[in-house]
Amino acid sequence: MSAVRGRAPRRVEFRPVRRLRHAWLALASCILLAACGQAADTRQPLDFWTIGREGEAVAKLIPEFEKLHPDIQVRLQQLPLTAAHQKLLTAYAGDSTPDLSQLGNTWIPELVALHALAPLDQRVRQSRTIDPSDYFANIWATNQVGGQLYGIPWYVDTRLLFYRKDLLQAAGFDAPPRDWQEWSRMLAALSTGEGRERRYGILLPTNEFEQLLALALQQDYGPKPGDGLLRDGNRYGNFESAGFKRALSFYVEIFRRHQAPAITNGEASNPWNEFGRGVYAFYLSGPWNIGEFRTRLPAAQQDAWATAPLPGPDGPGASSAGGSSLVIFRRSRHQQAAWQLIEYLSQPAVQQRFYQLLGDMPPRRSSWAGEALRNDAKAQAFRDQLERVRPTPPIPEWERIVNEMQLQAARVIAGEVSVDQATAELDRRVDAMLAKRRWMLDRGGSAVP
Amino acid sequence: MNPPRAAWLFLMPALLVLGLFFVLPVLAALLLSFTDYDLYALADPRNLRFVALDNYWGLLQRPLFWSALGHTCYFVAVGVPLSMAASLGTALLLNSPLARGQAFFRTALFAPVVTTVVAVALIWRYLFNTKYGLVNEALAGFGIHPVDWLGDPHWAMPTIILFAVWKNFGYNMIILLAGLQAIPPELYEAARIDGASALRQFRHITLPMLRPTLLMVSILSVSGYFQLFAEPYVMTEGGPLQSTESVLYLMYDEGFKWWNLGSASAVAFLLFVVMFAVTALMLRLGRRGDAAEVQP
Repeated sequence: MSAVRGRAPRRVEFRPVRRLRHAWLALASCILLAACGQAADTRQPLDFWTIGREGEAVAKLIPEFEKLHPDIQVRLQQLPLTAAHQKLLTAYAGDSTPDLSQLGNTWIPELVALHALAPLDQRVRQSRTIDPSDYFANIWATNQVGGQLYGIPWYVDTRLLFYRKDLLQAAGFDAPPRDWQEWSRMLAALSTGEGRERRYGILLPTNEFEQLLALALQQDYGPKPGDGLLRDGNRYGNFESAGFKRALSFYVEIFRRHQAPAITNGEASNPWNEFGRGVYAFYLSGPWNIGEFRTRLPAAQQDAWATAPLPGPDGPGASSAGGSSLVIFRRSRHQQAAWQLIEYLSQPAVQQRFYQLLGDMPPRRSSWAGEALRNDAKAQAFRDQLERVRPTPPIPEWERIVNEMQLQAARVIAGEVSVDQATAELDRRVDAMLAKRRWMLDRGGSAVP
Repeated sequence: MNPPRAAWLFLMPALLVLGLFFVLPVLAALLLSFTDYDLYALADPRNLRFVALDNYWGLLQRPLFWSALGHTCYFVAVGVPLSMAASLGTALLLNSPLARGQAFFRTALFAPVVTTVVAVALIWRYLFNTKYGLVNEALAGFGIHPVDWLGDPHWAMPTIILFAVWKNFGYNMIILLAGLQAIPPELYEAARIDGASALRQFRHITLPMLRPTLLMVSILSVSGYFQLFAEPYVMTEGGPLQSTESVLYLMYDEGFKWWNLGSASAVAFLLFVVMFAVTALMLRLGRRGDAAEVQP
């Protein structure tokens, strides 16, 4: 890899090309020029990219940081989620990466493979604010690739159950399910009616992989250490394993019994409203929906719904370790300033404010001790779940693999193929996707995470 | 300066721009399609392998490529005639001497062409919603069971075709309208004096006179419809079960989603070959038709 290439500072410059006809215009230009020059001279600019809704909320936290660090000027850019991945890769290819960025933790291996991120172990060891043991262990682990740390968790995301307490009670269940068996009984009891009046136990959009992934992560995958959904050091797919087949069968069975409608999230256009009307009794989703349900459901119904950790095959189950981290780019010339911003955003007090602004859940246990989170029963289920999350394989190909997994699962739901056929096909395709990775590993490529 | 040299000099700027921004990138893409350029190669050029025709061979063996090509051909085969019929029909209506409020209708029918595809797709998705959509509501009035328009693999493509035809027919309508207005009214007058019915006037005057315009419009439409992308992208994201995934969509996924630029370039060249063959065939058939008309 080449040495860190310098980047031309992108300053706003005014270059009057035509002869100025009015003296006041010249004067105004002088003032502007002076203003720009001054700002660029005294404060170092820090380019910070955010993805999705986080940008708006973090904009409210930045002024305080700038007050604490008068020498730093944070320049915030908000990327829409749908364009973020492309934009980051293009920025890398075009040598115009920011100083620091928010990054979904499943994207970290990809950017590490590109040598785009700066390792952070050294900084964490010296830090007085960031204490690794205070973070949820498996969330922290998603930021480590090949034994090195590349990101600091910013907020966490996992999947669990939203459920209608009143509907469960009416069907004779006093508590949310603890294992799959109990869950199945509930789903059967809550799925009633026909045609337009059909009520379903649960909503599982067929084009979202997160639900099946959470179920698949609950499984055991054979005796070899490190084997999971992929095997042999993430060289081959492991979808024909008994573990994955069990998860897929359980998932598909819910659709076969018409306990979930076989629709995509585009067709389930307003799941909140339908959840409120009792069309679905369960909804397997993430933390942002706490806020959605609070604003979208009437006040009278707020006591009727709750959240619960995901039930496992036998007892409390695991779920996915998602979320976003903060990363520093290797080419940044302001890495120290970027680290200061990360430290600021990692303070429990700031994370609590961030939660209040947006509902994004903090990755530190001490941040959960604050008023707002401690007394919130609906958030506490997530606190519980976060102690039992499992990371996905940390390789760049993962995003593609997990999409393929859902495509094959959707084919089983549609009745086109059986579970055995789908998993065999899935392994075949995944092995093909990993061919280049195997070639590089065999060659002893150091770039492979 | 002799004339040929002067001519080259005048052509130079255009050739330069074309060479720099068209020929060169196309050549680079062709080279790229013979390599396995991907994320790893972006990180380190030593991870780049020359694979000759492997990308092409691999694609031809991939069921997804063939199904994407199948969907695209389905879209072209049904969409183009439908769109041409809609364009010609509305152009004839607008051109009729009986038509009132021509300017209004012309604008109204052209409006879908200039609207944003994303905004319109949102409305169409509401219209075609299985449970709450107006379309199913209207069908229910006739006692027809609700159709899962965008969620059923058999119905998704027809819905996309309908959407694309509605969105695009206005453009061809304007071109055909111009073609219709260029037909000398004397021909119709003479036909009327000879006692030709409206249908025979259409068959023996309108269609032959419109032939060059129709040929051009159909070739433009075919090449445009082969590049199906935006409609499934905003309506179904290629689903359900990849039933609306087109060749271009496959290329987008390969190249920009998974960063396999090598095989994405190969997809682009395969699509180019298919489109080239089809439009060349159409041109040839069109010319032969012309010749046949002149001879008798």
